[in-house]
Amino acid sequence: MQVTSSVREPLITGGKTLKDVTHDISRQVEGKPSMLWLLALLVSVGALGLGFIALAATLWEGIGMWGLNKTIGWAWDITNFVWWVGIGHAGTLISAVLLLFRQKWRMAINRAAEAMTIFAVICAAMFPIIHMGRPWLGAYWALPLPNTFGSLWVNFNSPLLWDVFAISTYFSVSLVFWYIALIPDFATIRDRATGLRKTIYSALAFGWDGAAKTWSRFETVSLILAGLATPLVLSVHTIVSFDFATSVIPGWHTTIFPPYFVAGAIFSGFAMVLTLMIVTRKVFKLEDYITIGHIELMNIVIIITGSIVGIAYITEFFIAWYSGVAAEQYAFVNRAFGPYWWAYWSMMTCNVISPQLFWIKKIRTSIVLTFILSLIVNIGMWFERFVIIVTSLHRDFLPSSWAMFYPTWADVGVYLFTFGLFFTLFFLFAKFFPVINMFEIKSIIKSSSTKESK
Amino acid sequence: MERDKNFILGVFDDEDVLLDAVTRIRKSGVKIHEVYSPFPVHGLDEVLGYKRSRLPIAAFLFGLLGTTLALTMQFYMMKIDWPMIIGGKDHAAFPAFIPVTFELTVLLAAFGMVGVFMVSSNLKPWGQARIFDNRITDDKHVMAIDLATNAGLGEERLAEVLKDSGATEVNKKSFE
Repeated sequence: MQVTSSVREPLITGGKTLKDVTHDISRQVEGKPSMLWLLALLVSVGALGLGFIALAATLWEGIGMWGLNKTIGWAWDITNFVWWVGIGHAGTLISAVLLLFRQKWRMAINRAAEAMTIFAVICAAMFPIIHMGRPWLGAYWALPLPNTFGSLWVNFNSPLLWDVFAISTYFSVSLVFWYIALIPDFATIRDRATGLRKTIYSALAFGWDGAAKTWSRFETVSLILAGLATPLVLSVHTIVSFDFATSVIPGWHTTIFPPYFVAGAIFSGFAMVLTLMIVTRKVFKLEDYITIGHIELMNIVIIITGSIVGIAYITEFFIAWYSGVAAEQYAFVNRAFGPYWWAYWSMMTCNVISPQLFWIKKIRTSIVLTFILSLIVNIGMWFERFVIIVTSLHRDFLPSSWAMFYPTWADVGVYLFTFGLFFTLFFLFAKFFPVINMFEIKSIIKSSSTKESK
Repeated sequence: MERDKNFILGVFDDEDVLLDAVTRIRKSGVKIHEVYSPFPVHGLDEVLGYKRSRLPIAAFLFGLLGTTLALTMQFYMMKIDWPMIIGGKDHAAFPAFIPVTFELTVLLAAFGMVGVFMVSSNLKPWGQARIFDNRITDDKHVMAIDLATNAGLGEERLAEVLKDSGATEVNKKSFE
């Protein structure tokens, strides 16, 4: 029997029974799609289609379609890549790290957050693949495959190659973790359904029968996958930061990058989880499962990670001054007061100042303000990557090579494509998959639900 | 009577009642076929007398395989097959091999363990479950007792035992 302190806030409100949980969550899958959902899907598919024009043009003409020049060889592509990977991190943090810490509030949001992780990683992976120029040959450049050069292997000393392994492992392990937890819930839908839906969800449910033996193994598998996913998620953004940190560019070559990137990733990821969950709980009427308490807890994570990111920005500045290296000092002064000052101060405002507003309880328990701030944090984190990447590159070692970066329509279009892809996948998930982990909620209904009905 | 065909089912509403019932019924000498639940009930595997899963061992071994494969692959490719000097370092720059080694360890441990789990629990795409009661995946715990293994006790006696230990319903289920 589980014992929960009586002073703990209930995680599920509205006096739900086990049957209510099944009903409330399966209802979305079984019902006719709402107009709002169709409209949202239409907008996403529209963005996907529009963005596809830019993607096709880039693949047809080459990456000369982008605003890159010989000084700034990395700009929006890698900014978007790091931004999307970062967003993905919250899903694994919620499902794996909070599982190890036995935080039960994760149960209402982990399914959707992990879906977000998977879709965000797909979007992220698009950018390095497109940037290859000829992605159909990419497997030979990215994977150690025997080739006609004798074989000339990939370079295992390169952080870009580590990234290939990190991102693909992260994607596949997240996918497995997510799917394993979906199996019992697919079985729930299977057992309620008839006809075609029964056939489809039977196939997806893998023959789940809910036996105690299987549950026992299932729990072991979940725990170990969480244990594996925790260092994995930390390693992924660490390795992403190595893409920069192992170079010799002033502004990139810093040892603070791994923890700083990981904190930033969790920060932006939680912001995206909030953006998505605030909409999802409203549209699907899940306010009893994703309560204000959940939103408040996520906002607290945002304060912590936002503060870590803030300290990292200040530390970078301090170390640049303290190092006494002129090039390093210039890189940082130039960030704040050079031609890209507006990007730097947007980043500072969005990431350092705005999350501090969550110290005020009224703000962190307000749905509207949380939603607005979550968007601001996402914008800020995009600027962070843009500042790190473009401002460090645009002042080359020779002043004659100094340049500015201007995005073209293809840069914007490919970014739009990934937005379209992300939201199309997310809306399809929200309609056809149970958005909340039913069996986990059921396992805490006795200990963490309000008894009285509202 | 043939085994694994005809069952008597006790339906339970509450997991704590179920845990007590399992202990009591096992003590009274009845062999329980299996208990089916809509969610993992903590302690159920213990009262049913199940051994701890050996899946962690499988995960460890697959992880070890991943580590070995990754190190061997990188050493072979970078040192033996096509040695190249990169950054003035040794061909076999082991510190640089660690990230890929770590990732492949995690990848193989995760996939290996999940693979073993799926095989041992008979989970596969399009797999068909033997469903004792449709409400197992909704809100009811169902204890299945095989009539053939407990042939010494009559059907009525088993139903009585189930009712006494808190089952809200007692049903029969036969499979072809």
